[in-house]
Amino acid sequence: MSTLTRTQAKVENRKFSLAAVFARRAEKPYVNPYFGGAILGVILFLAFFLTGNGLGASGGLNRIVVYFEDLVAPEHIDRVPYLLSMAGGEKNPLDNWVVFIAIGTLIGGFTSGWLNGRVKFTTGKGPNISNRQRWFWAFVGGAIMGYGARLARGCTSGQALSGGAVLSVGSWAFMFAVFGGGYALAYFVRKLWN
Amino acid sequence: MAPFPLNLNQLLQPIGVNLLYVLIGFGFGYALEISGFANSPKLAAQFYLKDLTVLKVMFTAIVVAMVLIFAASSLGLLDYNLIWVNPTYLWPGIVGGLIMGVGFIIGGFCPGTSLVAAAVARLDGILFALGGLFGIFLFGETVDKYAIFFNSSYMGRFTLMDWLGLPAGVVVVLVVLMALFMFWGGEQLERIFGKVDLKQAPKGRYYAAGALLVAALGVMIIGQPDTTDKWNRIAAEKELLLNAREVQIHPGELLATLHDHKLNTIMLDVRSEVDYNLFHIADSRRVSLDELPGLIPELHLEPKNTIFVVMSNDETAATQAWKILVAESVPNVYILEGGINNWIAVFGAEDSRIHPLATSPGDDMLRYEFYAALGAAYHASDPLPGEYNIEYTPKIKLEFKRGTSGGGCG
Repeated sequence: MSTLTRTQAKVENRKFSLAAVFARRAEKPYVNPYFGGAILGVILFLAFFLTGNGLGASGGLNRIVVYFEDLVAPEHIDRVPYLLSMAGGEKNPLDNWVVFIAIGTLIGGFTSGWLNGRVKFTTGKGPNISNRQRWFWAFVGGAIMGYGARLARGCTSGQALSGGAVLSVGSWAFMFAVFGGGYALAYFVRKLWN
Repeated sequence: MAPFPLNLNQLLQPIGVNLLYVLIGFGFGYALEISGFANSPKLAAQFYLKDLTVLKVMFTAIVVAMVLIFAASSLGLLDYNLIWVNPTYLWPGIVGGLIMGVGFIIGGFCPGTSLVAAAVARLDGILFALGGLFGIFLFGETVDKYAIFFNSSYMGRFTLMDWLGLPAGVVVVLVVLMALFMFWGGEQLERIFGKVDLKQAPKGRYYAAGALLVAALGVMIIGQPDTTDKWNRIAAEKELLLNAREVQIHPGELLATLHDHKLNTIMLDVRSEVDYNLFHIADSRRVSLDELPGLIPELHLEPKNTIFVVMSNDETAATQAWKILVAESVPNVYILEGGINNWIAVFGAEDSRIHPLATSPGDDMLRYEFYAALGAAYHASDPLPGEYNIEYTPKIKLEFKRGTSGGGCG
């Protein structure tokens, strides 16, 4: 390659560097789980260190649900004490830190997925079920999970991770219960995943 | 007082606070995605012992965060009292956890990971998140049918240290050892069920495990600061408040505060049981100075508009109590000026059943004798604010507490 064309190529590279960010990237493998866990641990520590709060996810979703309930049926909110505490009167259920964590989680997940070439319309499933079956079970599992998360006052992030790191007894009991529930049922739903 | 967690509402505009939470969430989502937590078959493989990524990532995150938190606390940088520790509701937590485990293996995600999966356009993640919203809606509609169970087995801020009766540093080391054992066991399971070649795994993980254990041992050796250490750190600044008499409130101000319905006033009477039975202010709670430290976690769970007032016969024991509470970062603590003796002088002067003693009994002793041990049945125990016209300099300034704004998955 002559010097001239090499320079040209360089210029072209620079010219299209912005476009390169948005181009479809080759899919990269996931990081080592211990490394990913350590990064997550540092983020969790920073959350506690700076704000005093840990991480959360289901609380954010909860407040989105309550927000829409409040739009559709505000008088219903006023009759249910549990909902009232979040959206009664002038309270805006979305004005809470955990909602902003959830927004950040979406952006962070997307950014990492994009930079590592993992943003694509796919369905993760076992080899022996169809996409539709998987979607159905994902919805059912999500509903069970959402219900359980509110009963336990937190999900894997808000209870297990956050409460676990600050050594709450309830959070550790919860964490072992989640694994217990999963292992107890795993054999019976093996067709979904294997 | 330890500088962290920050008093965000004082330091930043609301938009700045929200932005900080978005940034923390960004890190959270990013870390979940690079670990493969958007990939449901990978998550579900945890339960078939083929790929224990879930266990490795979760427990690594927990122990790394735990060691950093307690290291920062032992160095006096971080105030553990101001950190949100999920209150324990034992049985709702366990039943909810079992239900979640079922949802996990059927649906393949948990709420946080489904958000990340939805963000990278995985359709099962989007469906799971929608299902999650539906389940949450169902919960909100049904919880009031069994509110008693939902609020049962409440144990407050109950930590592994309280449960095991061990210092924090020892618990930190034990948890790290348990996690390392689980990682070792998990890798053996992967080798057997997932046909993973452990020789391919990076050797660096042994060094990382060693470093973590050394850090945990360091936390154990340094130990956590006790109330005296915490007081010594802030003594110079707080003695000024005591000497300037900025935290000793007049009985008139206490009475006005008790009848202010915007405030939640908690009175802690640190006198002996005998004195308390003779006379006390209505709704005050007796607690000895020895019992006071055990009450701290409970006091931290009181709502934001809470004023704490400590009292003894004069001020000596009350000042001791004030120092303990302030050292443990309890916000809005005040001392009843002149103690119960002064209170009676203001509100009990006309009661024929209360007589001043002829000779002074000494500092912080009751200076009155009573017709009987009526406790809070004297008129002066529960005076009506309308009957008195008392002049005083108001000193209470409601200060919003830092940190813990309601925590967990609030």
